[in-house]
Amino acid sequence: MAGGQERILRGRIKSVQATKKITRAMELIAASRIVKAQQRVVAAVPYSDMITEVVRDLSAAGAGSQSPLLAGRSEVKNVCYVVLSADRGLCGGYNAGVLRATEGEIKADALRGRNHTVVAIGRKAEGYFRFRGYNIGKSFAGFTDNPTYAIAKEIGEYVTGLYEAGEVDRVELVYTRFITAGSQEVVQRPLVPLDTEVVAGGDAKSEGGRDYEFEPSPETILETLLPRYVEARVYAALLNAAASEHAFRQRAMKSATDNAEELIKTLSRIMNRARQDSITTEIMEIVGGAEAMSAGN
Amino acid sequence: MAESNGTMRVEVVSPERVLFSGEGTQVITRTLEGGEVAFLPGHAAFLGALTENHTRIYLADGTIQNLAVHLGFVEVGADHVTILSDAAELEEDIDVAAVRAAKVRLEEQLRTEHSAEVEAELRRTHARIAATGGIESGH
Repeated sequence: MAGGQERILRGRIKSVQATKKITRAMELIAASRIVKAQQRVVAAVPYSDMITEVVRDLSAAGAGSQSPLLAGRSEVKNVCYVVLSADRGLCGGYNAGVLRATEGEIKADALRGRNHTVVAIGRKAEGYFRFRGYNIGKSFAGFTDNPTYAIAKEIGEYVTGLYEAGEVDRVELVYTRFITAGSQEVVQRPLVPLDTEVVAGGDAKSEGGRDYEFEPSPETILETLLPRYVEARVYAALLNAAASEHAFRQRAMKSATDNAEELIKTLSRIMNRARQDSITTEIMEIVGGAEAMSAGN
Repeated sequence: MAESNGTMRVEVVSPERVLFSGEGTQVITRTLEGGEVAFLPGHAAFLGALTENHTRIYLADGTIQNLAVHLGFVEVGADHVTILSDAAELEEDIDVAAVRAAKVRLEEQLRTEHSAEVEAELRRTHARIAATGGIESGH
């Protein structure tokens, strides 16, 4: 009977409407968080700029430090990937992007005869790499939408520890860089050993030839400074990733909301058609009945 | 240049934000392995690593901004002093009662066992107390 179909459709429309309300709410939440996350990215810039400058000044002053963090290794046998993903899904291609980029790199490394160690940031990365049997060094989770410096410090200490112990010969950061609310890109940046180009200077900003007084010696300062520098880099990446995550989530939830709207429209049309059909049939039946009665007379 | 009027730009920057920024006439802090150093406008370029200490910034308007800096770096030029620290607290952000309680607890702890961690925490506590006007100096 047609009335039955109508009832089923009405139920479906209701459930789609409920879903739409949820996705709309998530969209709005993500949108408001983007702004905050963006501000945190901007607020972290002065520190990382200054620390970079100080590292540069120090090496310009000839602190040819023997620090292991600066010296690259001639033979790279084991590469560590620090993958920044989200804790939760429902953010479109955000997680897939970083995970796929990392997996591609690991496979390319395997062809070159290099081993890998994954440091998974966010539950999604941990689940993905664990399920596929990759070698996970450590995983950090539960903070990706709102990272703090303390966490960056923990991660920084862990990877520099791995590097200093000789367990890995290079550390790469894979994260989603936040450019604007409308565009983000997955990038891979070397973390350790520290980029010799950055450290060696050659940047117009550093006023070369400034004679600094140092206390204590430049070597000692550099030694305490380099780990901070690594942490600042990790922190910047975490903030970028968090802002990107919110941007991706907002977009994903927006398209989900639009989709739900479209679905409601289509379903309402089908339901109205079904209702009309059943009314038409009913009228036909009544008219047919009346005709038959009058014909009987 | 700012030297002419006897002030310099003072900034305290933590990874999360710029904690303090303003014009000052003198900055006193303490370097690692060294003692306290004061910087006046026109100081030669200087780069130092800091220990846990009570840093004082003499502002252009005559007031003094106290803060507790827990490790970090100081970069000085003729017209600016920049303190980079991953943990620094302004005087007004420190909870005095909590800090004093922590000091007692930490000293108690140190009496029974020696750990570098507790000692570092105690040094931070001393810096906080000094920054809030207590008698304890940096060491």
